[in-house]
Amino acid sequence: MENLTLWPSLIGGALLGLSATLLMLFTGKTAGISGIFGGLLTRNKGQRLWRWAFLLGMASSIYLLNPFSFSLPQFDGQPLLYIIAGLFVGFGTRLGNGCTSGHGIVGIGRLSKRSIVATCVFILVAILVVFIRRQLGL
Amino acid sequence: MLILIALISGLLFGTGMIVSNMVDPSKVIAFLDVTGHWDPSLAFVIIGALTVFAPCYHLIIKKRKHAINGDTFSYPNKTNVDSKLILGATCFGIGWGIAGLCPGPVLTSISGGASEIFIFIISMAVGMGIAAKVNK
Repeated sequence: MENLTLWPSLIGGALLGLSATLLMLFTGKTAGISGIFGGLLTRNKGQRLWRWAFLLGMASSIYLLNPFSFSLPQFDGQPLLYIIAGLFVGFGTRLGNGCTSGHGIVGIGRLSKRSIVATCVFILVAILVVFIRRQLGL
Repeated sequence: MLILIALISGLLFGTGMIVSNMVDPSKVIAFLDVTGHWDPSLAFVIIGALTVFAPCYHLIIKKRKHAINGDTFSYPNKTNVDSKLILGATCFGIGWGIAGLCPGPVLTSISGGASEIFIFIISMAVGMGIAAKVNK
């Protein structure tokens, strides 16, 4: 546990909470990223502009942080790994109505039973996947 | 107002993703690796987020009939735990555990231009399309 980053994680988390609070208080919308992204893939033409604005804000945030020597991580690994992972994440978040943000922050914050169950399930499953990969040496 | 608030919230969200290290798959995998070199740091992301959101929701938002811009709150209709929720959360957990990536971090990282991010986002969109078909 030599690489602990408790303060950055806590402060970053507080910013996520602030973002979810602002969006819901001012506009009534849920800051669930799979939902915001997924809403752009449906035929429903309404409700598109705000989703694009939110995603634009997200993608631009690194430019705000660059002067403070923050950077995005480098990636390695097989493209196939990202294809499989992406398919599972897309399928799972749509079927389960949410991901780490919609269930993990907004849903748990609202004490939604569905979100509490979903968050426990996806964290435990992900822990199991990492454990299996470790055993297989992948 | 909706567009401006969405843009500001998006900026805050992306900033939170980067500052908290959620954008770093190796950090996510280390958080999930409880039987190995466990790094519990990312548990503090959800603690930080709930410390702000939960009281704001219960003390301010919940008491209002409408959002400040006059819109109704778009809460999910479903309240019961069903098999779709469990299956969906399981599949999401599998994907999250494989790559250490979930929707927030990948969409924040898109401006880094890494091909892995684009591959993941396209696959994620395809996965959502399949789920929408299955769900009909």
